[in-house]
Amino acid sequence: MPIYLESVATAFRLMASGDQDLMEILLLSMQVSLTALVLSCLIGLPVGAFLATRRFTGRGAVIGLFNALMGMPPVVVGLIVYLHLSRSGPFGWLGLLYTPNAMIIAQMLLIIPIITALSCQIIEDLHEDYRDLFTSLAVPPGKAVKAYIIDARYSLLTVILAGFGRAISEVGAVIVVGGNIDHLTRVMTTTIALETSKGELALALALGVILLIIALAVNMLASWLKSRASRRAYA
Amino acid sequence: MPDRLTPIDVTGLTLMSGGRCLLDGITCRIEAEGITAILGPNGAGKSLLLRCLHGLADPTSGAVTFGGRPGEASMRLQQSFVFQQPTLLRRTVIENMLFVSRQRGIAEADVQSWLEKVGLTALAHQPARLLSGGEKQRLALARGLLTRPSILFLDEATSNLDPASVQMIEAITREVAASGTKVITVTHDIGQARRLADQVLFLARGQLIEDGKAKSFFSKPRSEEARAYLEGRIVV
Ligand SMILES: Nc1ncnc2c1ncn2[C@@H]1O[C@H](COP(=O)(O)OP(=O)(O)OP(=O)(O)O)[C@@H](O)[C@H]1O
Ligand SMILES: [Mg+2]
Repeated sequence: MPIYLESVATAFRLMASGDQDLMEILLLSMQVSLTALVLSCLIGLPVGAFLATRRFTGRGAVIGLFNALMGMPPVVVGLIVYLHLSRSGPFGWLGLLYTPNAMIIAQMLLIIPIITALSCQIIEDLHEDYRDLFTSLAVPPGKAVKAYIIDARYSLLTVILAGFGRAISEVGAVIVVGGNIDHLTRVMTTTIALETSKGELALALALGVILLIIALAVNMLASWLKSRASRRAYA
Repeated sequence: MPDRLTPIDVTGLTLMSGGRCLLDGITCRIEAEGITAILGPNGAGKSLLLRCLHGLADPTSGAVTFGGRPGEASMRLQQSFVFQQPTLLRRTVIENMLFVSRQRGIAEADVQSWLEKVGLTALAHQPARLLSGGEKQRLALARGLLTRPSILFLDEATSNLDPASVQMIEAITREVAASGTKVITVTHDIGQARRLADQVLFLARGQLIEDGKAKSFFSKPRSEEARAYLEGRIVV
């Protein structure tokens, strides 16, 4: 049997048997990316709403900055986080380098700009609609932000899913700050990179298949949400 | 009982934009009681005047006082504005009402009774964006009345309505005016202005051309512009 077919067979055996290494890696990936996602939403959504609804000097520059940061190469983000967390860096004393927390920080830096910039655009459109009404009703600013996030929820969910997609599939940043340490900071993407370079294709393939399934599921969920929103005239 | 917001005194209200004078030194007293109709051709500045009164637009110069006190943001809590293009939240009909009632501590029974009054009870759980144009206007009006405002601004609130709905809205408008709400309405429906208005302000090109009792305005308008407007001739 050709080597790649063998690898495919092993990959499916690993998945079917719930191989412990595989599960550990999968679990850590989800933990890191979901934590990064939740924290990024807690920051990115209100900041996006604030930028969308408030006028102040320098607002355009701030929005431009977030837009530019959306395209930051993950390796560079990894490098920046590394510099800050390394022993000689300003936050070296926290001892975070090569821990899952460092990976969470790196992924947050990658997806906060996405969530902020895209939610700002979405809420800006809604604000165009609602501004006069909210002024007329004297809706307090905090309540208004809440209403914007609730009423744009379908569009914002697709933004959140895009953020998750970027976090879970990214390799450059987590490999630099996590170090790809077995049983500690090894996630799906870094394992794929490592195992492939070692020529151990089975585990890499199994993880690749899972990653693909996650990516597909996220995309399907996003488009389902979109169509549901337009069907119900909420978007 | 909060202090009265009427009569509304407008002094030298001017709004310039892009080198154009959109409102040109408007001075008038909007009477304390009853219904005041603002009439005038398209682009006369009727919506802008209403927006200035409600504090949604900032005049370049001039002043507005409510019951003798200068206008301030908190007075908006006693005012409601029904927009020319109904602005509805991307929620269900009832959620549009509850958004306001919750904010102001209004009983849910009031929400139900206003929906009933404008004939939207059966549509309460529809997304508001799926309503017809007339239904949207009725919802916007019900939402505006929910807070029992001292002043109700209506910007062509019946422009998309069928005759039965127009009658319904006119009846409601009379009722709230009789119960002490000051109604200021912009309309192109001259028949409606005749039926409802106590006072008429006639605007053209950003200027206040006539201000007087509705009766005398409709029976013998003083200006050529108003005569032309009432007869359906073009006012330039
Ligand atoms: N924000 C604005 N900036 C600049 N010009 C404006 C603005 N709003 C309105 N205008 C202009 O002011 C004029 C008056 O507008 P307004 O909406 O008050 O007219 P209107 O009397 O309500 O007309 P209609 O009967 O068509 O509703 C118009 O020529 C319009 O183009
Ligand atoms: Mg208008």
